[in-house]
Amino acid sequence: MKQFICIACPRGCHLKVDENLNVTGNLCPKGEIYGKAEATNPVRTITSTARVVNRDKVLVTVKTSVPIPKGMMSEVMKEINKLRANAPIKIGDILLKNVLGLDSDIVATKNIE
Amino acid sequence: MFEERELIIIGGGSAGMAAAIQAFEDGVKDIVIIEKDAVLGGILNQCIHNGFGLIEFKEELTGPEYATKFAEHTRSLGIDIKLESTVLKVTRDLVVTYSSKEEGFISLKAKAIILASGCYERNAGAIQLPGSRPSGIVTAGLAQKYLNIDGYLLGKRVVILGSGDIGLIMARRMTLEGAKVLAVAELMPYSNGLNRNIVQCLQDFDIPLYLSHTVSNVEGHGRVEKVTISKVDQNYQIIPETEIVFDCDTLLLSIGLVPNVNLISNIGVKIGATKGAIVNEQMETSIPGIFTCGNCLHVHDLVDFVSAEGRNAGHGAAMYLQKGQIGSGHAHKVIAGDNVSYVIPSRLDKDLKEDVMLKFRVQKPQDNSFVICESKGKVLKKIYKANLIPSEMETFKLPKDIANSIKGDISIRIEKRGEGK
Repeated sequence: MKQFICIACPRGCHLKVDENLNVTGNLCPKGEIYGKAEATNPVRTITSTARVVNRDKVLVTVKTSVPIPKGMMSEVMKEINKLRANAPIKIGDILLKNVLGLDSDIVATKNIE
Repeated sequence: MFEERELIIIGGGSAGMAAAIQAFEDGVKDIVIIEKDAVLGGILNQCIHNGFGLIEFKEELTGPEYATKFAEHTRSLGIDIKLESTVLKVTRDLVVTYSSKEEGFISLKAKAIILASGCYERNAGAIQLPGSRPSGIVTAGLAQKYLNIDGYLLGKRVVILGSGDIGLIMARRMTLEGAKVLAVAELMPYSNGLNRNIVQCLQDFDIPLYLSHTVSNVEGHGRVEKVTISKVDQNYQIIPETEIVFDCDTLLLSIGLVPNVNLISNIGVKIGATKGAIVNEQMETSIPGIFTCGNCLHVHDLVDFVSAEGRNAGHGAAMYLQKGQIGSGHAHKVIAGDNVSYVIPSRLDKDLKEDVMLKFRVQKPQDNSFVICESKGKVLKKIYKANLIPSEMETFKLPKDIANSIKGDISIRIEKRGEGK
């Protein structure tokens, strides 16, 4: 039996998920989806900044294009911190494809001229 | 005398940009936005996390992405945008004086003004933080700017006072960048942050949250070396011999935000329970022609609501510019009753032309309750809420027919189910 606080909405239901992935404690269907995912493969979006080599004192803000496994957050951060981006950069530009072999790319969330 | 402009908007953040876009769409073509920063977007530029825009754009965006969408829209309308320009003074006859890197000191005469100047952070002085004042005591939002805009991680071992959302977000952000966040201390018996942030920002990284705790001492020569937290009783008084000492180099303060209204409070605009202006349903203050919206009116938890409020003010200002007056000139008061800390707007015209969205916050968490809107003891509208918490702004739609039918002031209060008077 695993216990979580649902983050699908602000209500914050206290979920219980048993070995057969039965979710209880949820007040809506979103809680069931979140509870199952959290019990099997919890994922998170990472947002951070990366260096821009050809601009003075400028950082580009970035995110993972799709959420990554929760256990890989610090490894993905290491890859983001190794990044050296070149301006001009547009929102959505892929700065690192398939980070650590995952389905997720590191994409820009800010325009840099 | 002074150059005359139709509408001057002070602040180019999410509230100011939404106000400008709406006023333009309502027919006001001469609009000036005065923004102190070098870019539009305000605080969103440093809020690099995601979760913005679910209502406004039906997708999950980061702060810079949300700001860029609005900035591109604003620029496409040809609105006059003055960057790196700080407003120094506003007068009762609507003269706005600002200093600009390019233009020097300039005064403009406006026909209407929208104040969208955001909020500022409470600091160590505001809570009489005990102990010494070494380097390393920083408000959470300032630490966020240093890290996300300038690229400086302020410390390696961090204690955070206050569990508001900025503090929680910074706990995760500094952890991801390699700092060790030792503790988050919260004076109240519950967190002031959203539940999802407690899960994603603290529990994911095993950062302990100490509820009913506050900082009882800060020590350090030159730099913070030790922070002591202690448990508090129900009157928020420190309980002796409950100290926990942390060896750390940084203390972040996430202890509340205050609307930034100095420009209008010192010319006599009436200030309400939010520490922002008292406004009517068109977001007009007690001085005709001065409107306000966003975090300088009341501190929001979702930017999507800021944008909506900005449009409300932009629409109000456009109506004022076209008709010279808002509404009938007679208003009901809207009063915060049991367990309600404030209601926006706090004045309602007696002859409303449209339904009005009342926005309010509860003072303390309460579940299984009714939100009751009443006038002179008569219930106008009642809605059920399974859960109410202070960190979530609530909305309540009041139809114009109901509002126009009443004779006295309106109040909103919370009543536990089954405990009706």
